[in-house]
Amino acid sequence: MSNIDKETARSYLLEMSKIRHFEEACGRMYMQGKIKGFLHLYIGEEAIAVGAISQLTKQDYVITHYRDHGHALARGMDPNKIMAELYGKKGGSSRGKGGSMHLFDKKLNFMGGYAIVGGHLPIAIGLGLALKKQKKDGIVLCFFGDGAVNEGEFHESMNLAALWNLPVLFYLENNQYGMGTHVKKSSAAADILYKFADLYGMPATRIDGMDVLTVQDSAKEAINKIRTNGGPVLIEAMTYRFKGHSMADPASYREDSEVKQWEDKDPILLFKEYVKENNLLTDIDISNIENEVKVIIQNCLKFAENSPLPDMSVAMDKVYYSDN
Amino acid sequence: MAELTIRESLNKALREALDNNENVFIMGEDIGMYGGPYAVTKGLLEEYGSEKIMDTPISESGFVGAAIGASMAGMKPIVEIMTINFSLLAMDQIVNHAAKIHYMSDGQLSVPIIIRTVTGAGGRMGATHSQSFEGWYASVPGLKVVSPSNAIDALGLFRSAINENNPVIFVEHSMLYGVKNEIPDQYYETPIGLPKVLEKGNDLTLIAWSGMIPLAKLVSTELNKRNINTEIIDLRSLNPIDFELIFESVKKTNKVVILDEYWETGSFGSYISSVIQEKCFDYLDGPVGVINSLNVPMPYSAELEDKVIPNIDRALSKIKELFGF
Repeated sequence: MSNIDKETARSYLLEMSKIRHFEEACGRMYMQGKIKGFLHLYIGEEAIAVGAISQLTKQDYVITHYRDHGHALARGMDPNKIMAELYGKKGGSSRGKGGSMHLFDKKLNFMGGYAIVGGHLPIAIGLGLALKKQKKDGIVLCFFGDGAVNEGEFHESMNLAALWNLPVLFYLENNQYGMGTHVKKSSAAADILYKFADLYGMPATRIDGMDVLTVQDSAKEAINKIRTNGGPVLIEAMTYRFKGHSMADPASYREDSEVKQWEDKDPILLFKEYVKENNLLTDIDISNIENEVKVIIQNCLKFAENSPLPDMSVAMDKVYYSDN
Repeated sequence: MAELTIRESLNKALREALDNNENVFIMGEDIGMYGGPYAVTKGLLEEYGSEKIMDTPISESGFVGAAIGASMAGMKPIVEIMTINFSLLAMDQIVNHAAKIHYMSDGQLSVPIIIRTVTGAGGRMGATHSQSFEGWYASVPGLKVVSPSNAIDALGLFRSAINENNPVIFVEHSMLYGVKNEIPDQYYETPIGLPKVLEKGNDLTLIAWSGMIPLAKLVSTELNKRNINTEIIDLRSLNPIDFELIFESVKKTNKVVILDEYWETGSFGSYISSVIQEKCFDYLDGPVGVINSLNVPMPYSAELEDKVIPNIDRALSKIKELFGF
């Protein structure tokens, strides 16, 4: 495992805590009726977004699924705009027209959260195709879940990426449940999902997605491979969502013991232990980070609360591109 | 003036697009080595090379999505889906993504793609290869849909489509590729959304598009023999539609019949009819007639197919029933 410096340690802990506290705040605001519709929390999976996205440069694209808050935050999206979007307010990233599952930030090459399982994988191929045609150095980091692996669009995209040798990092976040169905009940290859890549001649690894440094190292290696060879790579990160599929899901299909077992691997707790053991951060540093996060969350809630509601002109706007 | 078929005019349009914009590339099944299933892309691979003319696997959702993604990153892809029947395999990409990304991102991203595809019956292709789904796509906000019936509009609409920063579904009819027209030498564009009066008349308005235009002309010829002057309106675009020209015609003739190759239930023609009845009710002498394909999957046999598709006998008897002509 690579050694990291204090600044990186601080950054990883800050980013992971920011996601955790943002998501917890979302859950509370959902219960209060401030956030409506679907709300899928990323709690438990923070190490993946933070570790993988940390290895990107500005020119790289990120595209993801509907559980997208963590990726958006890790890519640097403004928490105020995200929270206001969840509130359905005019100050939101899409002025309330996207919602939780559809966050976008073009300036960050954050190409969006997509809510049809597997549907964004072909789009990721297209981003990679454009990079190749434009002879740019960037790569595409495409997150998807174990549920998407059973979609035809996954296999179509894997084939196209390999066939055309495109710079795409297929990032499989295997949290083991597609909604309430365990991966063993949905895939005939449940134990070896990453091996699908073999069929397409694509390098692939399976890693521990609860350890941010493992995520960082494997992403770095994969991205280097892509930048060197041009072609795609797949990573399967084993992880777990600590909450239900969405706020509407009490997750009664899981045993408490299973949840407990994974909560013991909480990526934030594990990383806190690591940074203390390795003298990277002190208790005071950690408490400072937590206070910093608290302020960020308070501010974004305040921003969302105070943001005006959109009027109907917003609903009618941007259906089509127009030069005006 | 050069005389070109629709097939040739589209080939010319594609060459222009490739010549004028370095971001343009074309992708689809068998468009390169094979020369295009309907030969629209014939010769392009040899001339422009495989970077610009990309043969794809039979993977409709995959390559349509790839076109969407490439367009979001600054490219200008033209995708050919061999027939509109196969576009159902890419429906997720077209309806859930292409149509919505601009809106959901509040204008941050755009999807400037053209999807060329082939609609229609009449080729004895059977139930799964003879459908006319352009009306489905036309009903989706965020998509533009055009469907030319002649070589002049095919070229003109394509030139407009290539300048669009929106997803355009460019619908060609399998039975019309050989239709020939004199193409003006001077550059022109056909605006998306503007219907065209093909024949002027005062007694009856016939509205049609794409593969139903030849039938509209046949009906008009027959009615002319009875001194009934028909006004034929070619919609050319299904979304958007500037209805003003249609309303003007209805206010003049007071009688409307719509020819639509789709089935009766939920047809795009019914939608046009409902708009006319609501906006021009006081001007109508009778109900707006809509003539569709019969509500059955398309049979293979020529004997049966010709009777399932709207045809001259059904059109004339419907007009007689409604207006006594």
